[in-house]
Amino acid sequence: MSEAVAHHTHPEEHVAHQFHDAQQQYDSSTLGMWLFLLTEIMFFGGMFGAYAVYRVWYPEAFKLAASTTNVPLGAFNTVVLIVSSLTMALAVQSAQLGKKNRLVLMLILTMVFGAAFLGVKGIEYTEKWHHHHVPGLNWQWEGEGPREVQILFCLYFAMTGMHAIHMVVGLGIMLWLLINARRGEYTASYYNPVEISGLYWHFVDIVWIFLFPLLYLI
Amino acid sequence: MSTTHAGSHADNYVSYLGNGTTWQSWLLTKDHKRIAILYLISISVFFLLGGIFAAAVRLELLTPQSDLMEAETYNKMFTMHGVVMIFFFLIPSIPATLGNFLIPIMCGAKDLAFPKINLLSWYLYIIGGVLGLYAAVNGGVETGWTFYTPYSSTYSNSAVIATAMGAFVAGFSSILTGLNFIVTIHKMRAPGLTWGRLPLFVWAHYATSLIQLLGTPVIAITLVLMMLERAFRIGFFDPALGGDPVLFQHLFWFYSHPAVYIMILPGMGVVSEIITAFSRKSVFGYKFIAGSSLGIAVIGFFVWGHHMFTSGQSVYASMVFALITQAVAVPSAIKVFNWTATMYKGSVSWDTPMLYALGFIGLFTIGGVTGVTVAMLGVDLHLHDTYFIVAHFHYVMVGGMVLAYLGGLHFWWPKMTGRMYHEIWARVSAVLVFLGFNFTFFPQFILGYMGMPRRYAAYPEEWQVLHIMSTVGASVLGFGFILPGIYLTASLLRGKAAQAPMNPYGAKGLEWTIPSPPPTENFLAMPTVNEEVYAYAETEEKALV
Repeated sequence: MSEAVAHHTHPEEHVAHQFHDAQQQYDSSTLGMWLFLLTEIMFFGGMFGAYAVYRVWYPEAFKLAASTTNVPLGAFNTVVLIVSSLTMALAVQSAQLGKKNRLVLMLILTMVFGAAFLGVKGIEYTEKWHHHHVPGLNWQWEGEGPREVQILFCLYFAMTGMHAIHMVVGLGIMLWLLINARRGEYTASYYNPVEISGLYWHFVDIVWIFLFPLLYLI
Repeated sequence: MSTTHAGSHADNYVSYLGNGTTWQSWLLTKDHKRIAILYLISISVFFLLGGIFAAAVRLELLTPQSDLMEAETYNKMFTMHGVVMIFFFLIPSIPATLGNFLIPIMCGAKDLAFPKINLLSWYLYIIGGVLGLYAAVNGGVETGWTFYTPYSSTYSNSAVIATAMGAFVAGFSSILTGLNFIVTIHKMRAPGLTWGRLPLFVWAHYATSLIQLLGTPVIAITLVLMMLERAFRIGFFDPALGGDPVLFQHLFWFYSHPAVYIMILPGMGVVSEIITAFSRKSVFGYKFIAGSSLGIAVIGFFVWGHHMFTSGQSVYASMVFALITQAVAVPSAIKVFNWTATMYKGSVSWDTPMLYALGFIGLFTIGGVTGVTVAMLGVDLHLHDTYFIVAHFHYVMVGGMVLAYLGGLHFWWPKMTGRMYHEIWARVSAVLVFLGFNFTFFPQFILGYMGMPRRYAAYPEEWQVLHIMSTVGASVLGFGFILPGIYLTASLLRGKAAQAPMNPYGAKGLEWTIPSPPPTENFLAMPTVNEEVYAYAETEEKALV
């Protein structure tokens, strides 16, 4: 993935020594990212599997726990992420067309939306802390089935937390793309890093698209 | 495979070993061959460490009483033996050393697709290993390598989090290696090197990489959840907190069963190469051996429940898992039969790698057939968690993978280092390993059948004879493992006197068409493959005419 980056402007000079040509490098990086996303699916899959098991075991407790989540904030964040996916897609298109300024703008917008998502997530976590809904650290549940309800909150924090870590990594990648883009690294013949970073960003968005209904809307 | 490229006989080239001798030139290298050497050194250290833990276990079991160490110390010894051997030796063993070295060369490429990521995976492996060592000296760990909850997450007083963190980090090293291999095999093959011409070593690593990619992330997240439960006293798996310990076992074995195929498939790849090279004959049933690697990888993902026959999973699930488990015997048997058929009417020679490969076939067969035995529901109720299981998986892991690893290391040692080892000593050690291994583990089948449970420091006196046999065998085995460390190192010091030729065994394959040790970019000129794989028969027929 990062192999694709050398600090020159001619496309041929971006080809790392182990590749024969730019096409081979492009194909390899793209396949590498797809395979990486496959491992990510399995990684989150473990938690979705655990979710499925406990959802079947404790349907009532899960409904009870989900009713305490802040649906408007969650919905707002969903929209924010979908829009960030749009700006990311436009960033890739700008890179492909060699439009440097638009690429920089779109990357900044993507980062702004990503940061907004994390900010709202922070507000939600703070809310949970005040309501004593943080298992292990600050936990109190007056209602029915405290043990069962607690499991959903554990899954909530594990799944959204892991998702947020991926968002932070994504922001780091965006920052790196932004620095390179401002230097004019990416051209119509060399845009692969933007494209495969975009794949990662969309993947993280899609995870949220599953998390939102499972954790908030049941 | 013959290749057409100029200058393969050139003496004036810079080998990868000669290309820089500073610390930085090694620790910051992006050359897959140097990274393979880094792995070779580091996994040897862990193998020694795991061996020391095993020695402690065997010494304690010399007498029926728990006298050399307390039961808790004993628990730590077998746990750390398992953790070190599985996560820090067996999983990286063949893929990260021989695979790293050979996959790009066998594909006719200059390097792996992502050299920096390759170096990163070595550093992740080292960080994981250091975390494991930190845990070992700071209280050790006594949960068994399986980290079963709620013991690991709630009751154990040992360094569970540091150990699990080590396994977690090392897991990413394994994922990245697998990713690198798959991309390299797909995208970096030389002109003419079709899928049907890939060496079986490459096919085996392709199958292994699929498991690394799809299985490892699941254990990563499982260990994260277990660590969260332990650190914050929250409920995922502890029944006292509303969790389900069997769920942990499902998630754990979803990776850890396929992981045993990570620990055997590369060995099968090595054995396929050795058998055909030392039989001077094209491998029998190439497509079936290649396909059976993929078959094992795929079926291997659907058998994990056989670890939980006694854990209270549904009996119908157990029946299905038992059937699928027995189905794994089919692709495994295909390999064994095809290796045997390859030797039939071949001109077999008894060089050291071949001795290891023959040992592998016999021991793997015993390990595999006893695997079918314990896959049977009724039988497993009796044998579950006994020494029968211990013997079974050691026959596969040590009798299989370690023998294949040693066979492969000897086979490609001249290529990797440019030096020939002492053949007589090497044969002596191969025989010692084979005998020592059987003396160690065959008595354990009998012990397990008689009911000796695993993970106990003390046992009834009537079993002492068998335990003494096992410990004596382990001493021979340990000696057999130390010998290669000595004569292989010595071969490096013998200098030009032990200079290896380009192709010391007259074997086929791209790696034998380049100088030993290979140049930094592997090939002096871009190779083109215009011959079928393992074209031994063809060459010999021509010789007869």
